Amino acid sequence: MGIITLLITISVTIAIIFLAVFYWNMKNGQYDDTYTPSVRMLFDDKPASASAEKDAAAKPDKNQARA
Amino acid sequence: MMTDTEVAPEVGVELKCFHCGQTCEETLWLDDKAFCCYGCKTVYEILNSNNLCQYYDLDKNPGIQLKNKSDETYAYLNEKDIRKKILDFDSDTFAKVNFFVPAIHCVSCIWLLENLHKIEPGILHSEVHFTKKTVSVDFNPQLVKLSTVAQLLASVGYIPKVTLEDQIAEKPKTDRSLVMKLSLAGFCFGNIMLFSFPEYLGIDHSEKELMRIFSWLNLALAIPVFFYSGFDYITSALKSFKQKQINIDVPIAAGLIALFVRSSYDIITATGAGYLDSFTGLVFFLLIGRWFQNKTYESLAFDRDFTAYFPLAVNKLEEGEWKPVVIYKLKRGDQIRIRNMEIIPADSKLLDAFAYIDYSFVTGESKPVKALQGDIVYAGGRLIGTPVTLAVEKQTSQSHLTSLWNNDAFRKIEESKYQKIIDRAARRFTWIVLGIAFITAIYWQITEPSSMWLVLTSVLMVACPCALALAAPFTLGSMLRVLGKKQLYLKNADVIERMATIDAIVFDKTGTITHGDEPNISFTGELHEDDPGRIKLLTSYSTHPLSILITKHLKYTSKEVVQDFKELPGQGIYATIDGKLYKIGSATFTGFRYKINQEASHVFIAIDNDVKGYFVIKTSVRKNMKGMLQRLAGKCTALLSGDNETDKAQMKKLFPASTEMLFNQSPQDKLDYIAALQQQGKKVMMIGDGLNDAGALRQSDVGLAITDDTGVFTPACDGILYGAHITQLPRILRFAKASSFILKTGFAISFFYNAIALSFAVTGHLTPLVAAIIMPISSISVVGFSTLAVKIAASRIKL
Repeated sequence: MGIITLLITISVTIAIIFLAVFYWNMKNGQYDDTYTPSVRMLFDDKPASASAEKDAAAKPDKNQARA
Repeated sequence: MMTDTEVAPEVGVELKCFHCGQTCEETLWLDDKAFCCYGCKTVYEILNSNNLCQYYDLDKNPGIQLKNKSDETYAYLNEKDIRKKILDFDSDTFAKVNFFVPAIHCVSCIWLLENLHKIEPGILHSEVHFTKKTVSVDFNPQLVKLSTVAQLLASVGYIPKVTLEDQIAEKPKTDRSLVMKLSLAGFCFGNIMLFSFPEYLGIDHSEKELMRIFSWLNLALAIPVFFYSGFDYITSALKSFKQKQINIDVPIAAGLIALFVRSSYDIITATGAGYLDSFTGLVFFLLIGRWFQNKTYESLAFDRDFTAYFPLAVNKLEEGEWKPVVIYKLKRGDQIRIRNMEIIPADSKLLDAFAYIDYSFVTGESKPVKALQGDIVYAGGRLIGTPVTLAVEKQTSQSHLTSLWNNDAFRKIEESKYQKIIDRAARRFTWIVLGIAFITAIYWQITEPSSMWLVLTSVLMVACPCALALAAPFTLGSMLRVLGKKQLYLKNADVIERMATIDAIVFDKTGTITHGDEPNISFTGELHEDDPGRIKLLTSYSTHPLSILITKHLKYTSKEVVQDFKELPGQGIYATIDGKLYKIGSATFTGFRYKINQEASHVFIAIDNDVKGYFVIKTSVRKNMKGMLQRLAGKCTALLSGDNETDKAQMKKLFPASTEMLFNQSPQDKLDYIAALQQQGKKVMMIGDGLNDAGALRQSDVGLAITDDTGVFTPACDGILYGAHITQLPRILRFAKASSFILKTGFAISFFYNAIALSFAVTGHLTPLVAAIIMPISSISVVGFSTLAVKIAASRIKL
């Protein structure tokens, strides 16, 4: 009897926490756009090609010039 | 090898533009890649120099063709007033802006738009919202201007649409609260079911303490469902009482209150376990129905008014300089400058010698009008050709065009016009239930007064027409989805019900029956093989609308030298190429003397004063229109066109004989015509496209806007239909008709369950267990039936 009361308390508490987390996510707009993130996660940066390296090399120069 | 590469182009393999995938007419080459126009090539160059060519790997030919790009600049975005309205957040080093970009359509788009910072270091971060077709850009205002950000988007083909309206009307967030209510109800329903199991399974009665705990837990969980999730039904019922009307929410609210109060009473007095699982389940199902029905198309707008069409700002002359100014600040006498393809924001007087203005947006008349110095040009017209200077005569809000918006049609509340099927059913239902409850109460009062209240509440509880309320959302919601797949996007589910009753259909001509800007051009006569290229060369110098059409139509190019080019307004053009005199223009100009029919526009070609032939330019009708119109037959009531009567004969052939044909109709005429039909008791559907149909679309019972590109702005309407699918119209109407049959069958099923449940209730045998079984079963079977029936109907009608 006692143990059941305890278990129920725990289960209800956990369930309420999940509900709260769900609300929090909703408010933050996690469910607003369900398509873009699924695509976005598949983008990966290309292995740096020759021109990319040049760019990378050129960038610090720019920064120096600005500084 | 050499011969291979030389032969390839001659075989006539269609070259596809590497950027946009369109067939190339005049191919431009860069890095062994073909491009159809300079616009596409430039985008490629920008991307290539920034090492962003992964764009082309993600999707095939993802680009947007840039041929018809307007030379709009975004300098006005830097104006303080506009900037303030558009930016979501602004500080010295950080600003956030959200642009609507209708061109977003694929994975590559997302990738490119989220890599903008690689092109412009001042951009910190950009994020695409695909379903809304927006991109939000964080940037550093010290490094990059807002106008540069917009310009950058435009330069890679993603032209941002900036209108005042978008900034003013934020979308309401009701959707989110519905999901919250739904999730809460679902959560409580699940838990209450769990806690109710011991009761149903017959727990040992020595564990009475535990039972009490469960009951109280159930009650605690049910309270938020009653006061938050389900409260809308109760307030809505009260509202309808005040208006002395009975809608579906009245019996629902009565049932919910009966369930909740009776259960609370049972639990508090420890007389029973209550019906809280049925109660929360009911609210949960009802909310699912609401949520399912609320299918929205976020990137489409159904309630735009004229301001959405107008530019946000225009260049105004201020102390000798052209400065961008917001259009609502324009005053009488201001001088403004309009560029090619821009829309005139206010009724004004033309200061330059002449200008071609395309009013097709406002009037439906497809041929551009020539305005001379001193003429009044009206707001809404689009300038074609060289930039002109205008003097403002009237403010935008008082212009000729916007006066249409002051019509009553734009003020009335739409929903009150139509009595929904569900509410009619609910009214009958409510009276029956009240009658049964009354009789039962009397019977029990006489035979066993102590249990009278118990039985009465039971009757009210099971009478709650949950299944009835679910039939409509699920039937109409699934229909909305089926139609969405066929690219008919409806504003909401109610439109389907109204569509089912339609008995008169009125069409617009330009852009609806015909392709708006793609006329059918054919050549009669004989030309030497060099000539088409030369003709194109000459017409490309002219800004006359017919010249532009011919330039677009001809696919040959010539790079020869043109001598003595001259354009005679109203007659034609002439020039010498390779020693030959080319004359292009009207019959008298070229010396053509035979009679030709007047149905279409003609452009004659004479070489060395010898007429070689002529171009026939006819409005091109959409495919398979005739069959569709004949099938609609009796329903097809009228054709209203803002255009002149040139196409009358052509249209006569298309439409059934009974169709009335009216030309030269102003937007107001169209609205009045629809209103007159409605006076005769007809349910009218208007199908149109431009702003000139806006009044008629609004006045009609169902207004469908036709578009060939959902990115383009459509006038306020009940639904947006893709031009290519207009031939589906008879099927769509039949499908909508099927809705009422499905709905009624759904109602019958739910009445059947209600009758069973009522028989339990009236006899006083309604235990919580019986209620817990019957309620979900009735809901699920109605939902299942509706969705399945819609699917079957769709496949039968072959939609």
